[in-house]
Amino acid sequence: MDRFTWSNGLLEMNETLVIQQRGVKLYDGEDKAKLDVGIALLSTHQLIWRDLKNHECCIAIPLSQIIYFEEQAAGIGKSQDPILLNFLKERLTEELSQKRWESTPMSQPIPTATNSQTGRTRAVGIVGIERKIEERRKETEKNISEVRREIRWRETRAKEMVELSRSIANKIKDKQGDITEDETIRFKSYLLSMGIANPVTRETHGSGTHYHLQLAKQLGDILLAPLEERGGMMALTEVYCLVNRARGMELLSPEDLVNACKMFESLKQPLRLRIFDSGVMVVQLQSHSEEEMISSALDNVTDKGSLTAEEFAKLLGLSVLLSKERLLLAEKMGHLCRDDSVEGLRFYPNLFNSQA
Amino acid sequence: MSFEWPWQYNFPPFFTLQPNVDTRQKQLAAWCSLALSYCRHHKLYTLGIMEVQECPVFNHKNIDRKLSTEAILIVFEELRKKGNLEWLDKNKTQCLVMWRRPEEWGKLIYQWVSKNGMVNTVFTLYELANGDDTESEEFHGLEEWMLIRSLQALQTDGKAEVITMDDGKGVKFF
Repeated sequence: MDRFTWSNGLLEMNETLVIQQRGVKLYDGEDKAKLDVGIALLSTHQLIWRDLKNHECCIAIPLSQIIYFEEQAAGIGKSQDPILLNFLKERLTEELSQKRWESTPMSQPIPTATNSQTGRTRAVGIVGIERKIEERRKETEKNISEVRREIRWRETRAKEMVELSRSIANKIKDKQGDITEDETIRFKSYLLSMGIANPVTRETHGSGTHYHLQLAKQLGDILLAPLEERGGMMALTEVYCLVNRARGMELLSPEDLVNACKMFESLKQPLRLRIFDSGVMVVQLQSHSEEEMISSALDNVTDKGSLTAEEFAKLLGLSVLLSKERLLLAEKMGHLCRDDSVEGLRFYPNLFNSQA
Repeated sequence: MSFEWPWQYNFPPFFTLQPNVDTRQKQLAAWCSLALSYCRHHKLYTLGIMEVQECPVFNHKNIDRKLSTEAILIVFEELRKKGNLEWLDKNKTQCLVMWRRPEEWGKLIYQWVSKNGMVNTVFTLYELANGDDTESEEFHGLEEWMLIRSLQALQTDGKAEVITMDDGKGVKFF
């Protein structure tokens, strides 16, 4: 009931009366309001109820504020004509769907004399102060009505979303299949217009390749410095943590990260995604030279006689995962051989090759 | 004369089967050569898998490394392919090690026979392998199964004939 406002019951210039219904009682929820017998008027913009006994008593609710209405079985002692009631209901539904109030908006709730907006007449003394106060009040009123309009607009949106969710719920109930593409787009646009901020997300850039392309470009910029710091190579798990920590919100899923990284080469980015035999995925700089890394690994191992992955990691300041990959690669290329025992896995220079 | 171990024997990776194919080839070649020369040195002609695992060749206690059973079998398979090994049973528990192949033995024996002008003589197998005359020869102490194979190889070449006598087998050289 609190959406109803006192009204003079008069229609505006742009407003048209659609139908009126006599003998309408107003109920506030379950309780009968103190508004007994009256007449209900449906216009293009609002629903007005006027007390028949007391013509001064008149309340109205703008149609834009009606999100939903339903018919209830009339109480005891119906004094209303069911046919007319039905008609009223139909017209109300019609008006709600047509939303004629949108195209021909009513004037501001509180009428303001237009000439008070134009120019500022200079005045001094009490009159001047009074005038200033009046101006400020009008300013505030204007802001309030702006806000009210905003709220009404959002309520409209909410109403549409309610409709949409009802349609979806019904479809699910009737098992009519999936939500249409159209509805999905509408839904997403509602979310957007309600102010959900978007860095590169699926909503703003769609799903699939386009999204991943954009993401790949973004990653290319973000990752250059960290890669340099880490000697040109980072495990994909490290990248995932780094990127999501930087984003804060709108986190990336692992799949999206992998798909974006796969596009580095086609985008001619200075990075590339590399997958080792063991399945470990890394992002490395294009300029990263594997041969150099391997020959320096061989020097390290020869120097120390033999090395485990952990020792090698410590030596180079790399993660154990990456250092193991490097040693395995050197073994694959025949520079190192392995000693696998209860003591662990150690790598030696490949003397089988070098010695007679 | 004590057995001389090759450098690989003291190289821990030698006892790990190498995943790199090229490296593995070299490793296996070294193992075959080591196994054969060890057997030759100790005049071993048959090997049982169980004892072999504890044999110093495959179990180097000093560096605390040993070759796994799986790897030992792979080495033996290599030897078999090269003709230096023969399984005595389907379960691969016993095998014959031919660190010299029968043809090579045959050649040695024939050399000795012709050097001593004993062609056209008949020998018993026992005389050949265990007689006083042959004591200084490499084929002295050759096990009978190997001797027979060697003589059979010569037979194929037409240089000998294995004959059966009352108390065993004998051979005549041509």
